[in-house]
Amino acid sequence: MITVKSLTKRYAHNTAVDQISFEVQKGQIVGFLGPNGAGKTTTMRMLTCFLTPSAGTATVAGFDIFEQPLEVKRHIGYLPETPPLYPEMRTAEYLSFVGQLKGLSGVELRSRVDYACERCAVTDVKNKLIGKLSRGYRQRVGLAQAIIHNPDVLILDEPTAGLDPKQINETRDLIKGLAGDHTIILSTHILPEVSQTCEQVIIINKGKVVATDSVSNLQNRARSGESVLVEVAGRNATLDPATVQRKLEQVAGVSRVVFKQDGQKRAVFEVEGEKDRFVRGDLARAVVESGWDLNELRAAAVSLEEIFLQLTGEESSAAVEKAADGETE
Amino acid sequence: MKNVWIICRKELHSYFVSPVAYLLLVMFAVIFGFFFWNILGAVVYYSMESLMAGEPSPMNINEQIVRPLLSNINVIGLFFIPMITMRLFAEEKRTGTIELLATSPVRDIEVIVGKWLAAVLLYAVMLLSTMLDFAFLFKYGNPDWKPAAIGYLGLLLQAGGLLAIGTFISTLTRNQIIAGAATFGVCLLLWVLGWVGEYETATWARVLSYMSVITHFDSFSKGVLDSKDAIFDATVIFLGLFFTARSMESLRWRS
Repeated sequence: MITVKSLTKRYAHNTAVDQISFEVQKGQIVGFLGPNGAGKTTTMRMLTCFLTPSAGTATVAGFDIFEQPLEVKRHIGYLPETPPLYPEMRTAEYLSFVGQLKGLSGVELRSRVDYACERCAVTDVKNKLIGKLSRGYRQRVGLAQAIIHNPDVLILDEPTAGLDPKQINETRDLIKGLAGDHTIILSTHILPEVSQTCEQVIIINKGKVVATDSVSNLQNRARSGESVLVEVAGRNATLDPATVQRKLEQVAGVSRVVFKQDGQKRAVFEVEGEKDRFVRGDLARAVVESGWDLNELRAAAVSLEEIFLQLTGEESSAAVEKAADGETE
Repeated sequence: MKNVWIICRKELHSYFVSPVAYLLLVMFAVIFGFFFWNILGAVVYYSMESLMAGEPSPMNINEQIVRPLLSNINVIGLFFIPMITMRLFAEEKRTGTIELLATSPVRDIEVIVGKWLAAVLLYAVMLLSTMLDFAFLFKYGNPDWKPAAIGYLGLLLQAGGLLAIGTFISTLTRNQIIAGAATFGVCLLLWVLGWVGEYETATWARVLSYMSVITHFDSFSKGVLDSKDAIFDATVIFLGLFFTARSMESLRWRS
């Protein structure tokens, strides 16, 4: 649906987007992830023909952004970071205006306005002035505007920015619901959003693509061996964390034990197993045989956050620790 | 063409749901009314005086009332034009709605012409409000309507040119005040440039004077449709819209 080939945007003093290439298949939801200023918005603006690239090319829905910009625009619905709303217009008026701009008219226009209102849950503010709407409603009117002409591709720039948690959830559900009919690219710097909404992630940093993969693959990739959290409690006596740590380290297949936190008569450890070894069973046995209670034993999922920080080269404390370990070995 | 009309209708809607259009209309009508009353009063006074002196001078409503009135209102128009055009693009750039227009399947030129046309139509409605005063002239006098009509055509053509310049200036900034002030400066300059021609006859003075929009209104106000002046106004319109289009295009490279 979307093919991007070494797309580049240079300004006088900096390169905002540097030779980005990726592909998006029909019907996918793709998360465009990166810290602020990574070049997400610039890339999206080039795809929507708002900005002209300095080099490279892209096709959207089979149309070249240089050769057939009008066709590309016809097949794209775009929600910029700030929804492009006219405060002096009423919701239905505005949607009808946008629909006309996109080439709709007559009965079709009216039915699409109704459809978009319903889909984005703005029917109850249809006759209200946009300037008087709350932030959440405005965002949804912005979304309604993007889907009004039933585009093949939806490009959403930070669709949940500035919303409260309830609105964020509603917007995410809405976007997920739209996925069947449209191919969606959404940008965000909020990680959970990607793991909750998207199937595919493109991580971009300083204008370059640093990773393209599915969410689950990325998580697997960053997790070298099994990593589990163990909470141990002393039965009736107080617990000496150092003893427990030594005990855990002796379990076969354990490569590393990190003492996480200490509580009243209990301690939490993060245990990493060697690659391709499952250490959970042995850990449980070791704890119980030593006469302690095993309060909790669970897999520590490597958060997308960590992957992201690893890939974008900003160091999290975990990453620093791992690097230090690597050196001593 | 359909897209031009869609944009134009939306712009007119924006003018008329906000107080902008009504404010301009009322101010324009009041100021025009004052000029009308003033000129009419002066003409009546002098003709009475000449009658008392026993040497009645011939009266010509077109020459003595319509022409000075149109010339005055032409200058008044200069003050209103920045207020009409300043928001056209500056507002869209500030609120980000320019992204909607630029990513919709419409050509830049359609957007530009649509917006400019809305500005011209608003100005035309303002001129329409002055018809009220003219109605009295026709009721109590018998002026020739044709020179007056050509005068109005001249007003509209000249405003079209200045509105195109204002539209261009509005694309250069996201601040309406700056757009308005700059347009006002340019309008004033295009007016006063004509003054050099009054005392200086060198080529440079003639060129400067030719560039003044007011110079080209003179024959319109007399009721003469001179192709030279009409072409001048058409050129200003074309250049204004052309530069607007170039400015829009450069947005796609810079912003």
